[in-house]
Amino acid sequence: MVSILPLELAGVTVVRRGKTIIGPVDMTIAPGGLTVILGPNGAGKTTLLRTMHGVERASGGALRWHGPRGDADLRQSFVFQTPIVLRRSVVENIAYPLLIRGRAKAAARAAAADWAGRVGLAAALDRPAQVLSGGERQKMALARALITGPEIVFLDEPTANLDGRSMREIEAILVAARDRGTRLVLATHNLGQARRLGTEIVFLHNGLVHEAASAEAFFAGPATAEARAFLNGDIVV
Amino acid sequence: MGEIADGLAAAFRLLVSLDSDLLEITLRSLQVTLTAVAIAAALGVPMGAWLALSRFRHRRATIAVLNALMGLPPVVVGLFVYLLLSRSGPLGVLGLLFTPTAMIIAQVIIATPLIASISHQAIRDLWAEYHDLLISLNASKAQRMRTLIWDGRRSLLTATLAGFGRAIGEVGAIMIVGGNIDHATRVLTTAIALETSKGNFSLALGLGFVLIGLAIAINLAIHALSRTEREGRW
Repeated sequence: MVSILPLELAGVTVVRRGKTIIGPVDMTIAPGGLTVILGPNGAGKTTLLRTMHGVERASGGALRWHGPRGDADLRQSFVFQTPIVLRRSVVENIAYPLLIRGRAKAAARAAAADWAGRVGLAAALDRPAQVLSGGERQKMALARALITGPEIVFLDEPTANLDGRSMREIEAILVAARDRGTRLVLATHNLGQARRLGTEIVFLHNGLVHEAASAEAFFAGPATAEARAFLNGDIVV
Repeated sequence: MGEIADGLAAAFRLLVSLDSDLLEITLRSLQVTLTAVAIAAALGVPMGAWLALSRFRHRRATIAVLNALMGLPPVVVGLFVYLLLSRSGPLGVLGLLFTPTAMIIAQVIIATPLIASISHQAIRDLWAEYHDLLISLNASKAQRMRTLIWDGRRSLLTATLAGFGRAIGEVGAIMIVGGNIDHATRVLTTAIALETSKGNFSLALGLGFVLIGLAIAINLAIHALSRTEREGRW
C-alpha cells in the first residue's frame, strides 16, 4: 500500500471573521516518529491540527497528501482534547469507525474488544461510555482512533486535565503506537510531555511556525527568542 | 367535588363491568391514535433529523414554520381535512369522510409538526456534540443521520410520546372528520364531549378518567419497553 505521507503544507492560512488564526504555515510531516506541535495557549495548535486533518478548512495555501485524497481521508484519525463519547457502550464506541466502513458487526466487536484490552478497558466493555472517567474516556478515544490502523493520528492535547496516572497510561499507548510505525502529531503546551514523547518539535506562536527541529536539537538550544522564553517558563506574548 | 367523586365511581363501574361500549370506544381511540402517531413518527423523526443536518436556503424560515405548526388549531385541521375528503373535495372519491381513516389523517397532520420539531431540537443538540467526530470519521450523511437517530432514541421517544399526548386528547378535528358516529367513529374524547352536552357529567368524567388512565398506561408501557431510566446515562 502506498503511503499517504509526506503531508506538505505550503503557505496554509486559516482566517476566521477577518482574523488570521494561523499562517502562513509551511511544514512537512514525513513518515515515522512523533511530531509535537508545541506552543503557549492560543498559539493556534488546535487549529493547525484540525486543518491538517481536514475538520477545518484552510482559507489559503495548499495542503497536499501523497496519493489520492480519498486514501488520506481513510488512513488518518484524530483524538480530540475533550473525548467525544457516543451514547453507546465502550465496545460499541471503539467499534464505531469499523462499522461505518462496512465491517461486519461481530468482527468489529471482536476487534474493539481486543483494542479495549490493549488500552486497559477490557473490564468496561459493556458499560455505558458516558460513565467512564476522564482518563478512561481518553483511552477509549485512543482505541477508537487506532482501531482502523491509521497511518497518521493527530492528537489534540490528549492528556490535558488528566491525573498523572492516566497521563502515564496514555503516553504508554502513544509510545507503543509510535513504535509500531503509526505517525503521530501531537499538540501540547506541556514541555515535559514534549520531551518524553517528541522526536520532532514544531514551535508555534501567534499562528506562525517559529521553529521546527529534532527534539534533541530543540531542547539543547532553541533557535528563536520566543522558543527560548517558552522553555524558560517565561510568559510568551 | 360531588361530581368528581361521581365521575370516579362511574369510571370504576365502567371498568369493573367491562362495559362493551366503553371497550369499543377505548379500542377505537387506541387504534386511531396509535396508528396516527406511528405514521407521524415515521414522518416527523426523519424530517427533524434531516432539518438538523441539512443546510439550505430558507432553512431558518422552514424551522420557524415547523415550530409554529406545533400550535396548529385542531379545529382548523379538521375543517381542512373535511374539505379535502368531502364529496365535492379533491379526495372525496375515496369516500373516507366519517371513517376512522379520516380521523387518523387529521391526527397525523396535528402530531407530525410536534414530533418533527422536538426531534429536530434533540438531533440538533446531539449533532453539535457529535459533529467533529462524525466529520473526522468521514461518516456519510446517511450514516450520520442513522447514528444520531439511534443515539438520540430516548429523546425521540419523548418526542413521539408528546405526539401521542396531543393526539389521544384531541377532539375538535376528529369530531369534524369522524362525526362521532356510534359504533363507527366514536372515540373517548368525542364521547366525553357528547355526554357533557347531554348533561351526563358523571359519565363524561368517568370516561375522562379512563382516558387519563389510558394515556398514563401507554406512556408507562413504552418507557418500560424501551428501558428508559434504567440503563444509566445513555
